Amino acid sequence: MKAKHQRLTLAVLALVALLGAGLLAAFALQDQANYFYTPSDIVAKKPAAGKAIRLGGMVEEGSIRHDTDGVTVNFIVQDGTAQQAVIYTGITPDLFVEGSGVVADGKLTSDGVFVADSLLAKHDENYIPRELEGIDMTGNMTKTDTLVE
Amino acid sequence: MHAYANPTRFLSLARPLTLWFLVVGILLIGCGSIYGLLYAPADRLMGDSVRILYIHVPTVWLAMGGWTAIAIASIVQIAWRHPLAAVAARAVAVPGALFTALGLITGSIWARPTWGTWWVWDGRVTSVLVLFFLYLAYIALASASGEKGGVSRVTAIFGIVGAINIPIINRSVIWWNSLHQKASITVSGSSIDTAFLWPLAINVIGFSLVFGAIVLMRMRGILAETKVEARLKRMAAE
Repeated sequence: MKAKHQRLTLAVLALVALLGAGLLAAFALQDQANYFYTPSDIVAKKPAAGKAIRLGGMVEEGSIRHDTDGVTVNFIVQDGTAQQAVIYTGITPDLFVEGSGVVADGKLTSDGVFVADSLLAKHDENYIPRELEGIDMTGNMTKTDTLVE
Repeated sequence: MHAYANPTRFLSLARPLTLWFLVVGILLIGCGSIYGLLYAPADRLMGDSVRILYIHVPTVWLAMGGWTAIAIASIVQIAWRHPLAAVAARAVAVPGALFTALGLITGSIWARPTWGTWWVWDGRVTSVLVLFFLYLAYIALASASGEKGGVSRVTAIFGIVGAINIPIINRSVIWWNSLHQKASITVSGSSIDTAFLWPLAINVIGFSLVFGAIVLMRMRGILAETKVEARLKRMAAE
């Protein structure tokens, strides 16, 4: 084996080993590196009431209810399997609409309602011009709920 | 391919290529940006802030492509000891860092109206920030090694090790719940409407050409510096 081939083999082996190690490590991080918990995660492992957590999911269709004070909003976050009731007082982001993704910072109360201190809207990977809104574009976009696996 | 590893032959090719890359690249960026900013439609949810896509996607694509190039060049340097490979890797580092910074800044500007915040520590955003720091470390290492022209082997090894972050950036939105959306363009197709896709494609090619032109210019600069140094040494010895 020529010296340069030996060096190439070594370099490629080193790269493959490194990538493997890194990917394994990143994969093992799974839970710790999640930006938010889904309603299913909360059902599976209920966090203590009052502990600060971040909840993410889709706003359930027809669940947004505004209180009479004008700034408090009640809605349900779902991930396809579980649901979580949320209450938030404040200005909601422009992208906060029914059926869209949302990430909320806050805590669970003892009666199981999630009280959010802040709301972030999540945009999905679909980009659709305003003029085409509501037109069926099944060939062009993914219909699946993209926030939660 | 080996023929162009010769610096003289490389230079005879790089000189005209630099000009072509730069001129065509700037023309494409002009067309893509004007089309994207003025004629492409607004998004149904994001409105006009969707237009930052035409700068954000090309810069981040080159930020990741840049490190991939550094890793490949580093392997070539270590395996074949081609001096030009080291010069190429070094030439990519500064524009790579710049484009990573641009990607982070444009992303942040987009995130404010879309997500409602300038910054989040989710998997995607954080791993791209790590890429930016890797670039800075590479630049520091390359300039500290004192190697003429190219980079030391330690720097090349760092270039290979850093490549680990590239698949992590790519997969970050799949493995972890992240605020950043998943990839819109995959092998199975695009979930970006064609009205947005055209200016995006034009800008991606345009930015890539300009990036290539910058790398060629920097490679020529590094080679010229080495030449000057060698000549000064010879003159001093005479």
